[in-house]
Amino acid sequence: MNEITRLREPYPTPERQQEAAMMGAYIFLATEIMLFGGLFLVIAWLRYSHAPDVVAASKRMHLGLGALNTAVLLTSSALVALSVAAAREGKPAPVRLGLCGATLLGLAFLAVKAMEYRFEYREGLLPVPGSGAALSKAGEHLFMNFYLISTGLHAVHLTIGVLLLAGLLIRSMAGRLPLPDRAIVVTVIGLYWHFVDIVWIFLFPLLYLAR
Amino acid sequence: MPKAMQILSVWLALMALLAATVVSSMLLQGTAGLAASLVIALAKAALVFWFFMHLREENGLARIAATGAVLWVAILFLLSGLDIVTRGL
Repeated sequence: MNEITRLREPYPTPERQQEAAMMGAYIFLATEIMLFGGLFLVIAWLRYSHAPDVVAASKRMHLGLGALNTAVLLTSSALVALSVAAAREGKPAPVRLGLCGATLLGLAFLAVKAMEYRFEYREGLLPVPGSGAALSKAGEHLFMNFYLISTGLHAVHLTIGVLLLAGLLIRSMAGRLPLPDRAIVVTVIGLYWHFVDIVWIFLFPLLYLAR
Repeated sequence: MPKAMQILSVWLALMALLAATVVSSMLLQGTAGLAASLVIALAKAALVFWFFMHLREENGLARIAATGAVLWVAILFLLSGLDIVTRGL
């Protein structure tokens, strides 16, 4: 899809310029898939070799909050997709509306996650000083370690995503995002946001739904 | 706007799959439960990649760049999995 009207060096055609931008974003996300892929492998190994411990620990997760956060992220992704579609059509108002909604949903996800960590800390589940007393088996401790590392790493990515979305919203409101000329910026930031959504799509069943 | 309708349909499908994964975790246990949740997660990821991440509109080269890492993760899982299963690690 041709969405860049201003051609830059060294690209001969707008199509090539568009392709290069998309390709760069996809390859960056591929490196992120490898980063999280290693974590998923370790969680899968733990599930296989210490199944009873993993199931026991997984049953203590706050399933309702995890499912709520999944719905929040899926909805935010749909809003970002709507923003991208509007950006390509050169309509700034729906772009801002979508970005604003997605930013707020991203913040809501982080708030729910923080609340969840607090509950788990109080219940003695989190592997941090002052907590973790509720777990007796080594496999349960290991599961909670991976839970904290993987959800923490995801939360860091999500925070970066919220900052990117908010920055884009401010840029658009300041009139420094000409559309559809610069729709590619919305598209690429959207790609990152969808990727963060996909990581959670895998983390949710692996961590919350082991039975 | 037909594009908005498409996004809405994908969102509805994603929410239905979320409900399906929660329900399947209540019904299935062990390997069957893990397999069901992973298949549903892959279906959700495929929907997001295909529609939201624009693979539907891109050419073959971009599709390979976007999904190449999935192949590498599959190799990582396959070879490590063989070790774990056959050598009792």
